[in-house]
Amino acid sequence: MAQPFRLSRGGRIDRTRPVRFTFNGRTVEGFHGDSVASALLANGIHLVGRSFKYHRPRGILSHGPDEPSALLSVDRGPGRIDPNNRASVVEARDGLKTLSQNHWPSLEHDIGAVNDLLSPVFVAGFYYKTFMWPRTFWDKVYEPFIRAAAGLGKAPAVPDPDRYANRHAHCDVLVVGAGPAGLTAALAAARTGKRVILADEGPEPGGALLHDVTAEIDGRPAAEWLSATLAELDSRENVVLLPRTTAFGYYNHNHVALAERVTDHVANPGTAPRERLWQVRAGEVVLAGGSHERPLVFADNDRPGILLAESVRVFLNRYGVAPGRRIVFATSGASAYAAALDAKAAGLAVTLVDLRTEAECGPELARLKAAGVEILTGHTVVGSKGTKRVTGLIVAPVDRAGRCGPRRVLDCDCVGMSGGWTPAVHLFSQSRGKLAYDERLDAFLPGTSAQAERSAGAAKGTYDLAEVLKEGFAAGAAAAGSDERKSFTASPTLTGFKPVRAMPTDADPTKVRAFVDFQNDVTAKDIKLAVREGFHSIEHVKRYTTTGMATDQGKTSNMNALGIVAGQLDKTLPGVGTTTFRPPYTPVTFGTLVGPARHALFDPIRTTPIHEWAEAQGALFENVALWRRAWYFPKAGEDIHAAVARECEAVRKGVGIFDASTLGKIEVVGPDAAEFMNRIYVNPWLKLEVGRCRYGLMLKEDGYILDDGVVARIAPDCFHVTTTTGGAPRVLAHMEDYLQTEWPDLKVFLTSTTEQWAVIALQGPKAREVIAPLVDGIDLSPAAFPHMAMRTGTICGVPTRLFRVSFTGELGFEINVPSDHAKAVWEAIWEAGQRHGITPYGTETMHVLRAEKGYIIIGQETDGTVTPDDVGLAGMIAKAKKDFVGKRSLARPDVVASGRKQLVGLVTDDPKLVLDEGAQIVDDPGQPIPMRMLGHVTSSYWSPNCSRSIAMALVADGRALQGRPLHVTTPEGFAQVTVVDPVFFDPKGERIHA
Amino acid sequence: MLLIACPYCGNRPETEFRCGGQAHIARPADPAALSDEQWSGYLFVRDNPRGVHAERWNHVHGCGRWFNALRDTVSDRFLETYKMGEKPSRTESTEAGSTPVKSTQAEARA
Repeated sequence: MAQPFRLSRGGRIDRTRPVRFTFNGRTVEGFHGDSVASALLANGIHLVGRSFKYHRPRGILSHGPDEPSALLSVDRGPGRIDPNNRASVVEARDGLKTLSQNHWPSLEHDIGAVNDLLSPVFVAGFYYKTFMWPRTFWDKVYEPFIRAAAGLGKAPAVPDPDRYANRHAHCDVLVVGAGPAGLTAALAAARTGKRVILADEGPEPGGALLHDVTAEIDGRPAAEWLSATLAELDSRENVVLLPRTTAFGYYNHNHVALAERVTDHVANPGTAPRERLWQVRAGEVVLAGGSHERPLVFADNDRPGILLAESVRVFLNRYGVAPGRRIVFATSGASAYAAALDAKAAGLAVTLVDLRTEAECGPELARLKAAGVEILTGHTVVGSKGTKRVTGLIVAPVDRAGRCGPRRVLDCDCVGMSGGWTPAVHLFSQSRGKLAYDERLDAFLPGTSAQAERSAGAAKGTYDLAEVLKEGFAAGAAAAGSDERKSFTASPTLTGFKPVRAMPTDADPTKVRAFVDFQNDVTAKDIKLAVREGFHSIEHVKRYTTTGMATDQGKTSNMNALGIVAGQLDKTLPGVGTTTFRPPYTPVTFGTLVGPARHALFDPIRTTPIHEWAEAQGALFENVALWRRAWYFPKAGEDIHAAVARECEAVRKGVGIFDASTLGKIEVVGPDAAEFMNRIYVNPWLKLEVGRCRYGLMLKEDGYILDDGVVARIAPDCFHVTTTTGGAPRVLAHMEDYLQTEWPDLKVFLTSTTEQWAVIALQGPKAREVIAPLVDGIDLSPAAFPHMAMRTGTICGVPTRLFRVSFTGELGFEINVPSDHAKAVWEAIWEAGQRHGITPYGTETMHVLRAEKGYIIIGQETDGTVTPDDVGLAGMIAKAKKDFVGKRSLARPDVVASGRKQLVGLVTDDPKLVLDEGAQIVDDPGQPIPMRMLGHVTSSYWSPNCSRSIAMALVADGRALQGRPLHVTTPEGFAQVTVVDPVFFDPKGERIHA
Repeated sequence: MLLIACPYCGNRPETEFRCGGQAHIARPADPAALSDEQWSGYLFVRDNPRGVHAERWNHVHGCGRWFNALRDTVSDRFLETYKMGEKPSRTESTEAGSTPVKSTQAEARA
């Protein structure tokens, strides 16, 4: 029997378009326009999940985004499985597979339900009270247990194959929510000609008008008014209407984030993205997000078949589904009467129980009586019957003092409950607006605004339809800068309710399991216990009991929880305050937030002009900042050690070629260029001759080393500055900061030329021989072109700034050529070098060679707390300069104090032992723990040219410890080392001048 | 995300900018003349006001220019942005801009 609970007529579903999906493997039939929830209910399926803590059978509570219980895993095909989807908002479509969660072995028979019998153990703060001792139980027992129990559903196991889009948009007026208030707001704003975006989370705009089938607006049925309004909005070019789009975050300066679900409802989405993140910057925002209904808190109020009253009405009217055939409405307010009237009109058996006395009721009472419905006023609900489906509601008359009369069981297969309404002030609160408590409405309403926004309709506590329409229109007009106002006529709305926190009961309140937070299984009893145990702040109660902390963030539960706390403390609601509303309003997929920034688009990758050549040579690469640098060039059968050893020897004995293009380069130009350099670097620059290079050291104002690099003077007013690969942006920013803000009078331009110049480093005794035939216009002889000189000329016909510099300690050149020509020049040098045994080397060999010479690397020997003297470079500081950035700090007491860590070399007693970089150093390994650490290893390598391991380290007063034995931690224990000078190879530095 | 008005480019999103801390602290003209305490005051001590704060901002992913801004640290609202070397039109900045080494500054240029 297909869809036995589908009403024979009515609803906005398309009965000519059946859809089929599965629930736990069983085929469920519905119609186009159904939600998964409405299709399940149409087939009489109420039991859809097990609760988080007690594994109690749970059904569908709501029709909307506030659903706490009906959470399903939705499988849309391979790799496309999501847990915790609310059945009430997932649209039914062909091919969908849905699964219930949190049970074993099956939904019907769940072993975990034993927790329900143990519920006296699982009280508020159970975790804090239970998992305390013994300490050894933490790793082996408690943590695995908690991890196994935590969470609902299963996370997807494979990468998400879907595409996610990202869009920035600007508008004059953003309207959130396309119910009656949002529609008139959009209408009013659109008529001024301003750019309007109207976003609504549902698949169809209209909000409450989609199920308020008896209402009339301006003399015609609400549905007709709705289509006419949508037609007008649709016809206007200045309006963007976004269905299936949730405004989930309200940030600074009217920056509102929207999540648009683009294709989940389509069986064959083609190449369209799954979801789209909209980042909207709005001039003004109108918040018309409606309100959420409160459940009633009574014993066993969580049985499948017990729904919110308005949700019963939605399933009846919008989806043409009867959630049951014998429905009892339980309420403390008027709105449930409208649901009861519609249920009666649909031909269902209806009874209504109202906590209020007849005198407290409004016109709704007479209307429902006239429809022939039995109404029990002045009655409370003390419990429900049934297990996997409600079979009866237990009610009793209650007097003013809360005393209950004789119980009566109302047989039913569905309950619609209503404890009043809570305006959705989430976005308003996120915008940092201040909430104001309205006692008449028993609700927190938008109070003082912090941003350019206004609320309208139920989101502002306005429930009467005509008022909602009028208020929405006024808000939209005002947001668009217009003073136009408009009144609407509409059928009166049944409003007003009597706030009730927990229903009066004749049972022992300490035994009653009346759920407040359905998703986290928090009962009224738990909240009262938390207050008794001393948790008086609502923020503390929330965390201790976990009420409001589930994925629904307590949309249905927060006001009831707050009311119970206030009652226990004998405070008013505003005296207790609310918890903080944080984004997102409803769960947002990671995919939406990440958008296209995955894989190659996650972070930019920078490559040099030589990259493809290195790839073809079989180089392995390492990441240095955003760059990919050739790490080493293994030949067949070589591991990294063999390859690096071969490369190191080749440079010392023949010639090696290295791609140094990633070095940062800055052109410092202008009449005051030398003066600027003098102020930025520790070195003197005024007298550096054109055509000469200098190794420059740069400090931050606090006296610590910021960066280093070789600088060449190209002309009296032009310096070619190089920086470390990773430091280039930092150095340019540092220079710009001083130039713009401290010395705006200096006539200097700074230009990054990192990507304009490629740098080919040719290093080794044969370097000169290799390039000699290729260079024109430069005398390469040692006398004419000494170490630390720079010449301009051509190489292979390409203009070059040829530096004679070395980071290896060998004769060497750094050949700067325009990037576009770099590959051709590289290949020409490669060809010319063949007969000299030219060897390409990577960053690993570069590191070893410089360590053999004791050259520092910024970020390895320095860490932002290292001064020039600490690394033995105090001699570079220009003594005659009165000032430079960082100079004053070099005289700070902490900097001149003894005991600072100084750069030294370390050699291990076992020459084959290569220390770990970062390993700690102590004097006496026999001292008691905690030991006094003297410093740490900063660089450590196997040196093929020294045939032993070498290391550099920062050690307290290290230079005074030359020749002393120290001890360094290794995974196998302490290793003895000896402190030496940090230059391990060619200590006299003769080779560099060859 | 904040919307920040670069005096050279106009309104741009926060992600294009980098904040450079408190504004109107000029580098002392003669650092050597400062005591250790005065120098450490210049280096490390900054105001942390609740309310209007004068800050340096750099339009780092835009024109690259530094400028100053008055921002309310409570509401995160930008009251004003102005070029380096200019003075804000509001007076709150004089309080926010006070520094421990003011007496030693020849002239607050930035």
